[in-house]
Amino acid sequence: MSIDVSGVSKRYGDFVALDNINLTLPTGQLTALLGPSGGGKTTLLRIIAGLETPDGGSVVIEGNDATRLPVQKRNVGFVFQHYAAFKHLSVARNVAFGLEIRKRSKADVKAKVEELLALVHLSQFADRLPSQLSGGQRQRMALARALAIEPTVLLLDEPFGALDAKVRKELRDWLRRLHDEVHVTTVFVTHDQEEALEVADEIVVINEGRVEQVGTPDQLYDQPANDFVMGFLGEVTTVGDVRVRPHDVEVAVAPGVPGAVTGTVRRMLRIGFEVRISVATEGDAPDVTVVMTRTHARQLELAEGTRVWLTPAAGATTMAAARDAVPA
Amino acid sequence: MAERHRYPKGPTTYVLRALVVAYLALLVAWPVALVVTNTFEHGDEALRTILEDPDMQAALRLTAVAAVVATAINTVFGVSVSLLLVRNQFPGKRALSALLDLPLSVSPIVVGLALVLVYGGRNGWFGPSLEESGFQVIFSTPGIIMATAFVSLPLVIREVVPVLQELGTEQEQAAQSLGASGWQTFWRITLPSIKWAVIYGVVLTLARSLGEFGAVKVVSGNILGETRTATLAVEEKYLNFDQEGAYAIAFLLASVSVLAILVVFVLRSREARR
Repeated sequence: MSIDVSGVSKRYGDFVALDNINLTLPTGQLTALLGPSGGGKTTLLRIIAGLETPDGGSVVIEGNDATRLPVQKRNVGFVFQHYAAFKHLSVARNVAFGLEIRKRSKADVKAKVEELLALVHLSQFADRLPSQLSGGQRQRMALARALAIEPTVLLLDEPFGALDAKVRKELRDWLRRLHDEVHVTTVFVTHDQEEALEVADEIVVINEGRVEQVGTPDQLYDQPANDFVMGFLGEVTTVGDVRVRPHDVEVAVAPGVPGAVTGTVRRMLRIGFEVRISVATEGDAPDVTVVMTRTHARQLELAEGTRVWLTPAAGATTMAAARDAVPA
Repeated sequence: MAERHRYPKGPTTYVLRALVVAYLALLVAWPVALVVTNTFEHGDEALRTILEDPDMQAALRLTAVAAVVATAINTVFGVSVSLLLVRNQFPGKRALSALLDLPLSVSPIVVGLALVLVYGGRNGWFGPSLEESGFQVIFSTPGIIMATAFVSLPLVIREVVPVLQELGTEQEQAAQSLGASGWQTFWRITLPSIKWAVIYGVVLTLARSLGEFGAVKVVSGNILGETRTATLAVEEKYLNFDQEGAYAIAFLLASVSVLAILVVFVLRSREARR
């Protein structure tokens, strides 16, 4: 019951950013708000933080109604996509900021800052200015700064969005381990489904200002509530009247499979160990995409022009395709 | 800076350089240097005469007071208006922004006359009522300060606004999420971030205020030892064929401005080396 959002709405002029959001995020978990850009997830995070006021509804943090509380009084740690480092202060002074505002004793501040810098592996950079750090280091500093005030909840807005792919992956693992260490209720916003699936205990999928589904990564991946969630968490293709993931399509090179869709291999594209195959089916249905390993494709002796019979694999996540739906 | 990339230099480069140097020398360096040499033509005698003359002391003091007070007002006002312009949306914002440039485009003489129309003791808008309650504006120090503040009004704003825009609001939001009040955020985050813009604005304002002539001439009344500022004294001496005295005061005024710019330059480069 750590964070309770009920009936929250927000409009910017004619644009509905959030439409009657109801959500409960349990204490101590790492939750991802996942969705496409402009879907409202950052607005929701900023409303929880108090950086934005909702048009209606309420936000309750650890049993206290925070709806009317200004950001200063909510005791939330907020981490921005572009770090928001205090450029004129050293790394140590950045981390100390919240403690100095709270008028802690010099010795307390010093001890806490040292502890946090050790936690984020920046001890040797304490006296540097933020401009002398790399992006990843700056974001770790921002995280230490947010953790310094011992926040009730830690909120991260696309925290790795401005970093390059490799650093991003490192920080992602690191955030997971850090959360296992400090156990503060954490909510982060991302548009990267892989990031959400890998890091979060729970994922909230938000699209067009509404919550599409809430669940663990496994639940979302295996039992998507609707087409949108299925499409957003991974690639989807349509075999006959069934929506299925491309790697869950069984390919036979001889007829005789009941319910199979007949088609011809139109194109094969090899990416590393994978082969992506486009299969043209009868009628005006769009091509079916199939993904299999290189070895498997070779075993089947597939080539452009081969006739194939396609079925969804047994046990695969499937969903009835809406006839007029355009695949994402 | 050792590995700074150098462009190949053709004849155009040298011609342009010569032009720039010649232009600056003829327009700025040479005339200013002549003021200095004329001041010290008979050693420091001219300077000493000026500094020992009680009327000139009063003039210099008045100029200093007017410039410092006007600069202080314009600094506080300028930073507040800059924050208002950058951080808030309100109807008439563009009109206000345009209005703030007016003091730079209007002739200082017009400024002086306008102030007399409003605050003039005999037939200004509310000058007479102010004067009845014992507060004289025109032909007195408040008028001089007002005229000086008017002409140097946009200088701080024009320095601070672009820096504030560039800065954005994320650092301030971060400070607030860490518990800082609006006032704490301003002193600890916003002001240090715009520090150099404010300092440049202050130096420009101070330099402009020290040198103001036209507007002050209209509102001051030019009473010797009372409302005669240093710039007015320069004109007076010059017209009375005391050229050496005129040059000496001009030299003093110019040195203060040069000194201010030098101080900023030194501070800045020390900061950059950190």
